[in-house]
Amino acid sequence: MEDERSFSDICGGRLALQRRYYSPSCREFCLSCPRLSLRSLTAVTCTVWLAAYGLFTLCENSMILSAAIFITLLGLLGYLHFVKIDQETLLIIDSLGIQMTSSYASGKESTTFIEMGKVKDIVINEAIYMQKVIYYLCILLKDPVEPHRISQVVPVFQSAKPRLDCLIEVYRSCQEILAHQKATSTSP
Amino acid sequence: MVLKAFFPTCCVSVDSGLLVGRWVPEHSSAVVLAVLHFPFIPIQVKQLLAQVRQASQVGVAVLGTWCHCRQEPEESLGRFLEGLGAVFPHEPWLQLCRERGGTFWSCEVTHRQAPAAPSAPGEDQVMLIFYDQRQVLLSQLHPPTVLPDRQAGATPASTGGLAVVFDTVARSEVLFRSDRFDEGPVRLSHWQSEGVEASILVELARRASGPVCLLLASLLSLVSAIGACRVFRLWPLSFLGSKLSTCEQLRHRLEHLTLIFSTRKAENSAQLMRKANTVASVLLDVALGLTLLSWLHGRSRIGHLADALVPVADHVAEELQHLLQWLMGAPAGLKMNRALDQVLGRFFLYHIHLWISYIHLMSPFVEHILWHVGLSACLGLTVALSLLSDIIALLTFHIYCFYVYGARLYCLKIHGLSSLWRLFRGKKWNVLRQRVDSCSYDLDQLFIGTLLFTILLFLLPTTALYYLVFTLLRLLVVAVQGLIHLLVDLINSLPLYSLGLRLCRPYRLADKPTALQPRDAHLPSPQLWLPPQGLLGCPVPQAVLWGAHLPLEAERGQAGLREPAAGLPRTTAQPRPALCQGGASSAGARPVLCGRCCMLPNTAGPAITPWAWRSLGVSRCGGGQPSWPRSITGTACLETRFPPAAVTTVASTAAPGVQSTAPCPPCVPRSRGPGP
Repeated sequence: MEDERSFSDICGGRLALQRRYYSPSCREFCLSCPRLSLRSLTAVTCTVWLAAYGLFTLCENSMILSAAIFITLLGLLGYLHFVKIDQETLLIIDSLGIQMTSSYASGKESTTFIEMGKVKDIVINEAIYMQKVIYYLCILLKDPVEPHRISQVVPVFQSAKPRLDCLIEVYRSCQEILAHQKATSTSP
Repeated sequence: MVLKAFFPTCCVSVDSGLLVGRWVPEHSSAVVLAVLHFPFIPIQVKQLLAQVRQASQVGVAVLGTWCHCRQEPEESLGRFLEGLGAVFPHEPWLQLCRERGGTFWSCEVTHRQAPAAPSAPGEDQVMLIFYDQRQVLLSQLHPPTVLPDRQAGATPASTGGLAVVFDTVARSEVLFRSDRFDEGPVRLSHWQSEGVEASILVELARRASGPVCLLLASLLSLVSAIGACRVFRLWPLSFLGSKLSTCEQLRHRLEHLTLIFSTRKAENSAQLMRKANTVASVLLDVALGLTLLSWLHGRSRIGHLADALVPVADHVAEELQHLLQWLMGAPAGLKMNRALDQVLGRFFLYHIHLWISYIHLMSPFVEHILWHVGLSACLGLTVALSLLSDIIALLTFHIYCFYVYGARLYCLKIHGLSSLWRLFRGKKWNVLRQRVDSCSYDLDQLFIGTLLFTILLFLLPTTALYYLVFTLLRLLVVAVQGLIHLLVDLINSLPLYSLGLRLCRPYRLADKPTALQPRDAHLPSPQLWLPPQGLLGCPVPQAVLWGAHLPLEAERGQAGLREPAAGLPRTTAQPRPALCQGGASSAGARPVLCGRCCMLPNTAGPAITPWAWRSLGVSRCGGGQPSWPRSITGTACLETRFPPAAVTTVASTAAPGVQSTAPCPPCVPRSRGPGP
């Protein structure tokens, strides 16, 4: 069962949340971030090239211009490969674990998997981010030495940064699955 | 609970047969290790499984059937497959079926007995998880060893189902020895059937390595026996051996080579990593050394070097003479005491003159010496660098002498001044009680004491200036030597093999090393700690007061001896904290760090030997817990830095070989409840 809705992130950009409901014990949430806008790309390229041209008029060395072109190209490739995240996915499978995937604009994917045994809870936390107070969803991990302590807080959807309404949707579904998992694990 | 079936990706398109694997009831997971093909004789299958069970201590059994056929199985085949459940009784009985060329899978679970507690009929779902058998086999994600302070019965909560899967696959190597291409009674399909080819060269090398290791180990033991004989323990040779860093480095290398060629097999992965890292470091060292050798001996560079050496030494001596002339005048506008200035200046100038003559005496032999030193580079770049450092030490011996004279003079002066200052105030140092007591002096004692005090006080600036200048020079030389030692240490202890594995085969290094596992609260957490730099490890007044009549290396050692064994490092400038106290004696001992300093997972590489730190007075205590890379698949972003930072984050582990498949369109598990 698939379901798509659009939300907005903390800066006002449009996000698309796709929810896939595979079974009562398995759900997937997919947040798509806004693509790289042509306006910002043009702005950055123009700034770099104008600066290079300024340097060129000072130094009279044409290598600066070719260097500026290379820098722009390499910078764009590096940005697409290492920085710009297109889509973030959260897959919860009851009794197995939680998997978070980030796919970059160049097609690279990076995955993190957390076993269900390590997950204590999923909560929505507040944080001070620059001059704002934002909400973020995070996974609390158990401490292996002492089960009542929290050893780590893993934030989810870090680059998409959706607002509270989107987070509440995801939070509710995750809590259903966690409750289901706790019920089945405690029953014999 | 949902039944999880772990299925290897290599068996996805094999012929029909039986599923062989292990059932883990606590996590309700079935780990399929291999597929056993038709036709088979049940007795032989049972025998094989019993053998595997005994050899690997893993409870392998027949878990169910696997059907890969053209169309939907007919009724008779279905009954035959269910009938097999009677031959190999297993609870629950798993039936996986896949259409040849199609994308639909069907998974059925049959329970023979009624379940103990009545569960809702819709509960019995099957989750099919594909795993890459070879990667899971090679990665090290196993259940962690039980911490020593826990009771034996307490099961750690963190032993999740995945760790058991990894452990099962890793321990079942015995099962993977026979393959469907072998001429045996049973034909199995597993990761070996994918055609993992072995190279004949590797096989030959493996066979030959046994005797070669034996031979080399005996040679090395002979060499170390010679080195340990009593001649070298007598005074001149032992002193030289402890002072020269070349001997130290050679000893180190000998240890490494003994480790590599030892005939004992590595017991666990940490030791294997250590061996591999040592091999990589030795190979790199020798390669760099041979490059240096070829560069030095080509185009008569040694000749040029030898020709340039004596003029350089002359030039240095001339500069020193200029410096002394400047000090004898009015340096930086300060007014010196003329007489003392002249005395000290001439004394040092005479030394320089002696030194120049010594250098000129040696000049015909320099080229030969350099040629032989260049030859030593074939033993490794580290040996050549240690030799270079020793040569620098020998060439700048006069600077060392000047420093010692200046320091002694200064120390004497300070001692004298402090004692006479006490006399001036009418006090005395009580040696018995180790405190300052008042004392009544006679008039003539007071008179002479005050006179001497005044003289010493007014001569203080001159001595202090000489001391300062020569200490700075000595610091310069020590800094250069320290850099060379740093480079040597880097080559010695960089874990290249682990680095390479991390870049190329990250799944083999998936777990944290045991040293970085979470520890109890009362143990101090390891951290990198750099004490504030006093002069050469001790602040100046302390260095002077605490027996500055000893040469400076032993001084620091003495300071280390006086310090009580503290649990935590103090923030004042102490030479080295007790946690990593390798020994308080002089240059012979070096603080040896445990493997905590190594950044990369599963590296228990060679211990870092910070010679440079020793000579500069900086010490390292334990290692920091690195900030762990968050995802190990895909982006192997190396967030770990060298040296370690003091941030403590324990990141989640990724399961590199496991791809959890949600029921996406290709595989739709159709589960059935308990059979009729």
